Amino acid sequence: MTAQLLEGSAAIGEAMIAAGCRFFAGYPMTPFTEVLEHMAKRLPEVGGSCVNAESELEAVGMAWGAAATGTRSATGSTGQGLSLMQESIAEAAVAQVPLVILNMARAQGDYFQATRGGGHGDYRTPVLAPMDVAEAVVLVQRAFHLADEWRNPVLLFGDYYLAHTYSSVDVSPLDLGPLPPKDWALDGSSSGSGRARLVSPLGDTKRRDEPGYDLADFYTRAAAKTAAMVEGIERLADVGWCDDAELVVVAFGTAGKYVRYAVAQLREEGHRVGYVRPVTLFPFPDAAVREAAAGARLVAVYENNQGQMVDDVRLALEGSVPTRFIGRLSLDTSGFGIAPDYDVDVLRARIGGLLAEIGGGS
Amino acid sequence: MSGVPGVQATVTTRGHVVIDVDACKGCDLCIDACPPRVLVMTTHEVNATGYRYPLLLPGCTGCKACSQICPDFVFQVYKLAEPVEVPLESAP
Amino acid sequence: MTELRIQRVEGRRVLDTGAAPPGARLVDDFTPSLIDVGEHHLCPGCGEPIAMRSVLETIEELGVIQRSIGVFGIGCYTAFSNNLDVEVLQALHGRAPSLATGVKRAKPDTVVFTIQGDGDMVNEGLQEVIHTAARGERVTCIMLNNGVFGETGGHITATTVLGQRTKNTLEGRDGREHGYPIRLSTMLAELEGVAFVGRCAVNNAGNVARTRRMLRRAFEAQINDEGFSFVEILTMCPTGWFIDTHEAPDYLEQHLAATHAIGVLKDTAARNPAVGSEA
Repeated sequence: MTAQLLEGSAAIGEAMIAAGCRFFAGYPMTPFTEVLEHMAKRLPEVGGSCVNAESELEAVGMAWGAAATGTRSATGSTGQGLSLMQESIAEAAVAQVPLVILNMARAQGDYFQATRGGGHGDYRTPVLAPMDVAEAVVLVQRAFHLADEWRNPVLLFGDYYLAHTYSSVDVSPLDLGPLPPKDWALDGSSSGSGRARLVSPLGDTKRRDEPGYDLADFYTRAAAKTAAMVEGIERLADVGWCDDAELVVVAFGTAGKYVRYAVAQLREEGHRVGYVRPVTLFPFPDAAVREAAAGARLVAVYENNQGQMVDDVRLALEGSVPTRFIGRLSLDTSGFGIAPDYDVDVLRARIGGLLAEIGGGS
Repeated sequence: MSGVPGVQATVTTRGHVVIDVDACKGCDLCIDACPPRVLVMTTHEVNATGYRYPLLLPGCTGCKACSQICPDFVFQVYKLAEPVEVPLESAP
Repeated sequence: MTELRIQRVEGRRVLDTGAAPPGARLVDDFTPSLIDVGEHHLCPGCGEPIAMRSVLETIEELGVIQRSIGVFGIGCYTAFSNNLDVEVLQALHGRAPSLATGVKRAKPDTVVFTIQGDGDMVNEGLQEVIHTAARGERVTCIMLNNGVFGETGGHITATTVLGQRTKNTLEGRDGREHGYPIRLSTMLAELEGVAFVGRCAVNNAGNVARTRRMLRRAFEAQINDEGFSFVEILTMCPTGWFIDTHEAPDYLEQHLAATHAIGVLKDTAARNPAVGSEA
């Protein structure tokens, strides 16, 4: 396949289709709406189904049902809509349902919601945060792969910029390796066999000996499986110029792209500054952050919020390097996450201020 | 008719139920559901979990009303190969 | 000649019910074949296992077992969700119709049904079932309506009838204070996507048989691609009604069924005279 000029929402939609996603349900909400539009148009053309759900509660339920049949399925919204979905995301994780959920967020205030989960119980969801459309095309497909590999919901954290930037991208299906067979998936064929399948947040096997779920047994095994997933998932980070850096700047998503550019300019001018851009927000790339900051005198965290990922950076560093938050909530009047602060000169000024403070640079 | 001298009163029985006595929770639903009224609850006998349970009198038709209404799946219903006349008064 | 063994219990001459007489033909087994373990922890006199049996035996009769998937809500009946020889997708409280929608859209050849209570379907997830019906999803939603939250021990639901005493309407449901009951079947029958709506009960043998006929028609509507189908089954909850088990069938008739009237509310095809004539 060759590159085509696509809006981010369409590219994400095409990447889902390339990954084999054949069911999508959603409820319109800026800046997620265009992903839904694209899926509503395209899924029927490839033999799939897209339902214009009457609420986010129903959207995630429909995607859960379709995913339970082994069909690659997804839903999405912005953070507000994901708030409505949290009960289902929490339980779908325990029920081992491989769902993909898009958060086309407004700014970056949903970091805690995404990485901690707004739902109940002892569950976790992997979170992938692309910085641009090209990376999203890859990470969307990776999200489906991880969901199937670990039988767990996986979140993709995007934003207004990702949804609405046009880029020339190649949306070819990626071979991400073998996956376990979906022998748990429901299609009715095991009904009446004496071994009918069960997909449930209360237990994963039917008990033939006595009635009732054994919740102690199931929750304990589910917790062990979650722990194995957290250990097993490769933690991705984009790291640059950190070997001799006195200042390391950490940022994710679209903000990470701007920070990377500002740092590149400062490097060219001879400043000893590097950057880390976490790509898996959960599990957090602790080791990459620690290693990048090993020789630094200061670590700065830029986010378009009041400071959320900075907690994870501090946890990763375990106090080894002083850490400063240099972000803030930056919005235009729409509130959709268009940030006046996403400006290389603004970011350069903040990073440059820190360089002056620690006396680093040329 | 049992009062007529010299006539042995019988009741025609076309069906039979096997009762899983210990599965019963004594709810009485089968008693009213039974069209020929041949199920009666014990009055003081109880099963292993302490519930009264149904007894079967002659005259079952094998209609399945009891098994269809029992919440605890206590009944197994049979149709007899041929109707049986069960004497009402003779000793067992 | 078949012999029936007679024994004496409590002074009564009764038949020995320990075994089947020779030559007799089995017509109904203890536990329906699609239930793995017949034992359950539901209360004495509960109507839900009766309704479960009716649903499962209807699926068996229709010969669609190997295409069937049940989506369960949360309530006392959830005891059966890990206990059926039917594939089960366990949903959250109120959300089963959306999960059923996803299943059916992804696998259109399946026969999909939900099992939900009145608390699950009418309280927590009212919009789910209404939208699923309006979309005309080819699924069959089944509501076990006992007019009370049974699992929590007897609390008011959206279908609780006026005057009914519950743990949080101690003097009885007062419309002005607690609102009025929702007749969901009646609402659904209005919607264009709906092919069949029936309301029945399991309080006596006749109504159980009628429930079976309605279930059969509802599943046929799904299988024949006619539209959404819905069966509301009124069930006894003597524990949540605070009455003796043997009073529950009459209580259902006099209270629950007086507000939620039994009958076929809609049948767009009316192809089945046995059911259609009941309307």
